[in-house]
Amino acid sequence: MSDTFEPKIVAFLCNWCSYRAADLAGTSRIKYEPNVRMIRVMCSGRVDPTFVLKAFALGADGVMIAGCHPGECHYLEQNYKAMRRYHLLRHTLRSMGMEENRVRLQWASAAEGAQLAVAINDMIEKVRALGPLNWSSNWNENGHRLEALEKMAQEHAEAMEVPA
Amino acid sequence: MTGKPKLALYWAASCGGCDIAVLAIDDKILEVANLFDIVLWPVAIDAKVRDIERLADGSIDVCLFNGGIRNSEQEYMARLLRAKAKVLVAFGSCAHEGCIPGLANANSRDEIFQYVYKDSPSVDNPQGLVPVPDFEVPEGTLHIPVFYDTLKTLDQTVPVDYYLPGCPPEAENIWTAVQAVAAGLAGAPLPPTGTVLGAQTTVCDECKRTRTEKKIKVFKRVWEILPNETECLLEQGLVCCGIATRGGCGALCPVVNSPCIGCHGPNEGVQDFGARMISALASVIDSDNPAEIDHIIEQGIPDPLGTFYRFSLAHSLLRRTKLGNGNGAAQHAAVPAGRTA
Repeated sequence: MSDTFEPKIVAFLCNWCSYRAADLAGTSRIKYEPNVRMIRVMCSGRVDPTFVLKAFALGADGVMIAGCHPGECHYLEQNYKAMRRYHLLRHTLRSMGMEENRVRLQWASAAEGAQLAVAINDMIEKVRALGPLNWSSNWNENGHRLEALEKMAQEHAEAMEVPA
Repeated sequence: MTGKPKLALYWAASCGGCDIAVLAIDDKILEVANLFDIVLWPVAIDAKVRDIERLADGSIDVCLFNGGIRNSEQEYMARLLRAKAKVLVAFGSCAHEGCIPGLANANSRDEIFQYVYKDSPSVDNPQGLVPVPDFEVPEGTLHIPVFYDTLKTLDQTVPVDYYLPGCPPEAENIWTAVQAVAAGLAGAPLPPTGTVLGAQTTVCDECKRTRTEKKIKVFKRVWEILPNETECLLEQGLVCCGIATRGGCGALCPVVNSPCIGCHGPNEGVQDFGARMISALASVIDSDNPAEIDHIIEQGIPDPLGTFYRFSLAHSLLRRTKLGNGNGAAQHAAVPAGRTA
């Protein structure tokens, strides 16, 4: 094990283009780094923003949404919906203080195994440079909490009773 | 002591509107007093925390807890009341999903203290004093509760049995819930744990406005247009949250020509209110061009956090903005010009 940080990237790939691109990369012996966990969905339009937020909340360092190129969606225009969602989600994540490079929309046709591999490697490199996200640490930090809770019970027990 | 079931009401980080809402059930409040023995209700009766501490665990039948958990005292009370109450109800939006106090999760404790005790124009604090949890005086050490970086909802603190949605909950819904719980204590079947006691549909379902196909090129702010009273507000360009919001209010805001802001929380089955809004709005933005989409979004929704998570930031999947270095700058950059203090 080296000491470099190995990011965890969750990737949602559409069944018709991007997952086939990943398959093609495999059969063509094109290597990409193993930091990516791929989830096949029927369409990039199936990727609810909830999935992305949940991935971050559960410990992902980056999330990629990959689908067919604009105009080539198997379901006609759902990748446009994915694109609008991605822009709105990115706008929201920015206001939450999340770095831009942690979420990426990638078009990859079934013939673009090599391009997808390059995009994956590129994203991994950028997220590695950003460092771990560890989002849940943002809300687990309520310092001196347990100490204060114990103190309160103790004080109530020690406090003087004021007769009615 | 009477043989009536015991009721406790408590108020943590909230505005107090929930306690007023309880009184809004009008003369039925007398019936509540007939049905229950009220053992704790800081806003209305004189009962001491010490008295509650002395009760056996599980000896309070129902606790209606409003407010989020902002500091250690509130967490202490939440734990205490959880132990003493058989049924703990997260009453209102703050206890349920953090509500407006939860929007403070866009800042850290230090940033909040900096503004509230130093930078706010109405503050006169030449010594720059901020509260500290422990303070030495000749008589000993004074303690005040520890203020948390992150406001937590009630169910992020202790297990919750039921939720009553709304900011504040509607009187009829409060009364229905009180009756249901009272019947449950008398032996009738209670709803499954975790149930949100309220409507299972969206505000749109209760809204009488006419809806056609939505195609939006420009989002408008409420002060920019005078919407007509018959057409769907979202179709007129206002960001109306009715599509993601639990109904039960009778579409109160759209009825008076104002868009729904989401105070009833996410509808049944929606985990993250903001994600549902993002998903829904993405479907109606009328553009396939990335640059134009960005323009529509940035012009029309300058404050996505306050728009999509006005009531539910603390209960959302991400719960808060990123803490630590550089976040303050990111926050300010996200606030459009002219909206800062």
